[in-house]
Amino acid sequence: MIAEITSASLVEWSRWQFAMTAIYHYMFVPLTLGLSFLLAIMETMWVRTGKEEWLHATKFWMKLFAVNFAIGIATGLILEFQFGSNWSNYSWFVGDIFGAPLAIEGLFAFFLEATFFAVMFLGWKKVSRGFHLTSTWMVFLGSNISALWILVANAWMQNPVGMEFNPETARNEMSDFWAVLLSPTAMNKFFHTVTSAYTLSACFVIGVSAWFILKKRHLEFARKSILLASVFGFLSILATIFTGDTSAQDVTRTQPMKLAVMEGLNKGGNGVGLTIIGISEKDPELLSDRMRTVNYGITIPKMLSFLGYRHGDAFVPGIEDILEGYTSYEGKVYPSVEQRMANGRKAIEALKIYRQAVKEKNDNLATESLALLKKNYPDFGYGYLNSPYDVIPPVSLVFYSFRIMVGLGLLFVLLFALAWWYARTRKFDKFRVIPYLAIVCVPLAYVASQCGWIVAEVGRQPWVVQDLMPTNVAVTRIASGWVVTTFWMFAVLFTLLLIAEIGIMFAQIRKGVTEPRI
Amino acid sequence: MEFYLLQYCRLLQVDHTLYLLQHYWWILISVLAGALVFLLFVQGGQSLLYTLGKTKEERDLIVNTLGHKWELTFTTLVVFGGAFFASFPLFYSTSFGGAYVVWMLILFCFVFQAVSFEYRSKPRNFLGARTYEVFLMINGFAGPLLLGAVVATFFTGSPFRLGPNQEVEWLTPWRGLDALFVFTNYMLAFAVFFLARVTACLYFRIVIDNEAITQRIHKQLLYNAVPFVITFLVFLGIVLTGEGYGISTEGKIVPMAYKYWYNFIGMPVNSLIFFIGVLLVLYGIVRALMQPYWRKGIWFEGIGVLLTVITLFIMAGFNGTSFYPSYTDPSSSLTIYNASSSQYTLEAMSWVSLIIPIVIFYIWYVWRNMTRRPISAEELEKSDTKY
Repeated sequence: MIAEITSASLVEWSRWQFAMTAIYHYMFVPLTLGLSFLLAIMETMWVRTGKEEWLHATKFWMKLFAVNFAIGIATGLILEFQFGSNWSNYSWFVGDIFGAPLAIEGLFAFFLEATFFAVMFLGWKKVSRGFHLTSTWMVFLGSNISALWILVANAWMQNPVGMEFNPETARNEMSDFWAVLLSPTAMNKFFHTVTSAYTLSACFVIGVSAWFILKKRHLEFARKSILLASVFGFLSILATIFTGDTSAQDVTRTQPMKLAVMEGLNKGGNGVGLTIIGISEKDPELLSDRMRTVNYGITIPKMLSFLGYRHGDAFVPGIEDILEGYTSYEGKVYPSVEQRMANGRKAIEALKIYRQAVKEKNDNLATESLALLKKNYPDFGYGYLNSPYDVIPPVSLVFYSFRIMVGLGLLFVLLFALAWWYARTRKFDKFRVIPYLAIVCVPLAYVASQCGWIVAEVGRQPWVVQDLMPTNVAVTRIASGWVVTTFWMFAVLFTLLLIAEIGIMFAQIRKGVTEPRI
Repeated sequence: MEFYLLQYCRLLQVDHTLYLLQHYWWILISVLAGALVFLLFVQGGQSLLYTLGKTKEERDLIVNTLGHKWELTFTTLVVFGGAFFASFPLFYSTSFGGAYVVWMLILFCFVFQAVSFEYRSKPRNFLGARTYEVFLMINGFAGPLLLGAVVATFFTGSPFRLGPNQEVEWLTPWRGLDALFVFTNYMLAFAVFFLARVTACLYFRIVIDNEAITQRIHKQLLYNAVPFVITFLVFLGIVLTGEGYGISTEGKIVPMAYKYWYNFIGMPVNSLIFFIGVLLVLYGIVRALMQPYWRKGIWFEGIGVLLTVITLFIMAGFNGTSFYPSYTDPSSSLTIYNASSSQYTLEAMSWVSLIIPIVIFYIWYVWRNMTRRPISAEELEKSDTKY
């Protein structure tokens, strides 16, 4: 679609800018998603039982919530506008589909959040208890609805459904709204993301409460918070694991390359094992220097085949199989990447001829080229690749990120069980390793979340829209100096604000639970 | 009327359902723009922080009356972007990608704002309260000025060209800073800026219960109303007598002399509403100047702003006008016809848009409950959730 392929540095800087904004944004979002839920539960407990300590707890956690909330909004604004500013070709190519969820997110969710956040924060003395409680639930609802729509948009990029390519306008147009909304990829992504955000929030609440226990302050408050958060966290992490499994099954079918890279699997086969851990290293014997070999790997036999297809002997393709073409376990035939590149080039050429034919009113040629375009459209994006090896994402980064995410997820199961037991038995003088573990788990929960996004987003490279548009085509044509400038502007600003945020957060925590004036 | 409509659709080679949807969505975009310009009173108020607040207590009071209104402005900006993306994606890719630098500056100064309210009065906030106040001032000045300049390019045009696949090519290295080289753009930029300050003064008059500040507000109302009226009238004069871009009888986009004047007389209902809007704004301001204790000014001025901006946007987009013209390559100019989403998407989004009245209702309901009486410094002192 775009004649010239832009300079590598522009693409790299644009990617870095987007990645940096996304990483900063996701430092604040999960806590908003989960803590709003916990706040709503705590306030409900206060309204139902009338016990003052629930009110104290609600107010304490609400202060931390507010500090976190503002910066999440700020980074989110930048992220939204970057689709247009840095990925303008993408924005036109799929704007007809991608714009809708973003607009719906704003209309349905952001106003809800912004309006009721004000009541939740300022309205203690201004509105009735019932109104206030409703507002807190609305903030939870708003933030989670917002997550739904943005994840629907993201999932669509990973698995484009419910659309058709319009050669007149050179863009994809929505043909089925419900297919976009209810695609299994979208549902898996939504539930996996929000439940992992709840997990992170539970780790946060338990970690902060554990610090109070170590300092021997607010013991009853800390105990209550841990009890609630550990049950909440335990349920959340189980749901995260479950949706992680269904997500992986979806990836197996829709993004086999991502799966192969997550596993560092070069040669696939029947009954492939799951690598628990290993070292991903360069290997001169491999086809491309983009590939890596897993050394010292510990594997569970047949497990990957089982997880992907619920069948121990199912065929799972490796990177080489995908490059050379293969038939999937479910019988779908995938041509080699070289073949797909040829198809893609045919589609691009057919689009050009079609346009010319329409201009010259040559109906036969137009029909012919349109048919050729339609036939080859599923491989459209491959036509822009220079080498078949371009389809391989950075292996080691994805491989390790995946293992860190899963490993930490399993650690959190243990943490929630221990924390619950600890708070139940009140043995605060003994087993002090548990509160220390809880504190360590707070930053680890953030690490796990970021790793999850690295797997999802780096693992799908080079595609902005799976198989249809590679990153280097999506990018806005602009002197890379401008992008470098804005990258550093945002990097400095976000970093300053992050430092400020953490400082304020610590100061608020140290202040502890103040006697609230109701 | 219907004959006229169908004729027009034939000329543009569009289905008339699509044609209506495109107009419906342009009206929604105009409404969002109107709401945004009104809500810029938060920025106007921020820019007056040191002019109105001479002591820390006074500044605290001002910041707290704006706190939790800023989210509405911010959200409206986000939804404005999102709605534009969903309904006119070609604008999204052309303007944001093309006028990259000026949009980035706008975003940058909005990031400042989001955190400053929350962090300003918090202990250990790393940069100090003063810095956050400076951030609020930067946003208060730069936000309305830059937004005003960008919206002015809807009338004055930009230097871009679209490729065969609608990829934007900006024809100068300035990437949107070009807007700052055109005199007319400054007029709208300053009009929006002074208007934001005027609206802020009228807003403060309702919510602040403090004698010293009230007197300063009154003075500022005059100081900002006069330049607002002048810059706005100059902008309007230039636009109505100048050139615009529109669809010719051959269906091509070309420069047209007196385009906006013809829109003005060609859409009399719209022009009438525009007049009513302008009169309401002036009435709100003038009466507020004459009666220092009259608190209802913002209602008249606010509704006036909304009507004026909506009708101005309609003048920019309806009647076959290009709402985002390219002065270097007129055929690349954006109209609501060539920039819109597909009929399917516009239809789906139109169903979604039915929620807008509900959103407006709950925002109104909530704030009615929250702001029953003005905030005084004493009350703020007692509160445990102040900014």
